[in-house]
Amino acid sequence: MTGPFATQPGPVPVLVLGDVLLVTLQGDLHDTAAERLQQDITQRIASSPAPVGGVVIDISGVEIVDSFLGRILAEIAASARLLATRTVLAGMRPSVAITLVELGLTMPGLDTALDVERALSLLGHPSPAAPTTHPEEGA
Amino acid sequence: MHAPFVSATRLSIGSDADLAWVRQQVRQAAAALGFGLVQQTKLVTAVSELARNTLVHGGGGHMEMTPLAEGNRVGLRLSFVDRGPGIRDLELAMTDGYTTGGGLGKGLSGSKRLVAEFAIDSRPGEGTTVTIADWVSGVPSPRAGAS
Repeated sequence: MTGPFATQPGPVPVLVLGDVLLVTLQGDLHDTAAERLQQDITQRIASSPAPVGGVVIDISGVEIVDSFLGRILAEIAASARLLATRTVLAGMRPSVAITLVELGLTMPGLDTALDVERALSLLGHPSPAAPTTHPEEGA
Repeated sequence: MHAPFVSATRLSIGSDADLAWVRQQVRQAAAALGFGLVQQTKLVTAVSELARNTLVHGGGGHMEMTPLAEGNRVGLRLSFVDRGPGIRDLELAMTDGYTTGGGLGKGLSGSKRLVAEFAIDSRPGEGTTVTIADWVSGVPSPRAGAS
């Protein structure tokens, strides 16, 4: 491990990539920020002027997923599904995967991909050469 | 970061910012002692579960971190102490899937599987102390669940 955690005191930004919502989790996520993210994503899906084509949560920068964060991630996916939107969890570190299985948290029903590019193609999107964000109205 | 700990470190657990701080401190101590990445991840995950229990079920408390040296092996002992309501039925609380806190019921049983040593001491009305220990391992440690 290099360096200390980058702590994330504020809300987690939700980016728009085409019609996909992209959330990048970094470092050590506080419980309150995780709970706020759950509300943010579902509200973004429900209030989006154009249908949201999917949610990608990039956790490649996350060093640990405990049962609290695991539950939040599963609940984000479950509530997005109820709002007709698919969620893909991208970039889980191997050490996190091993730990989650031993913890007993295999999160069935949650779609995963090895990285964001593959998550986007899983959602039926041609992977962009360089990820560019578009304004929400541009869709 | 390079100087090994010489004595116990006590960190208070009173908010979710403290949970992040505790995780960070244990991660750094484990890395300094030579824990591998997967072992660090398991240990810090167990710490996160237990520290959250201290906060949510115990109403806050503290964690004590002690470096261990025994023969030619080194390790880390971590105690999570609260003065909360205690656990009435320890056996039930250790059951996979049992929850009172609206979680997944993996906190206690799951963290026991993640570390080499696990002990819990709780008295109703007086509080709970959970102590775990893990060693920098060259050989696989026995699964705690089997003990």
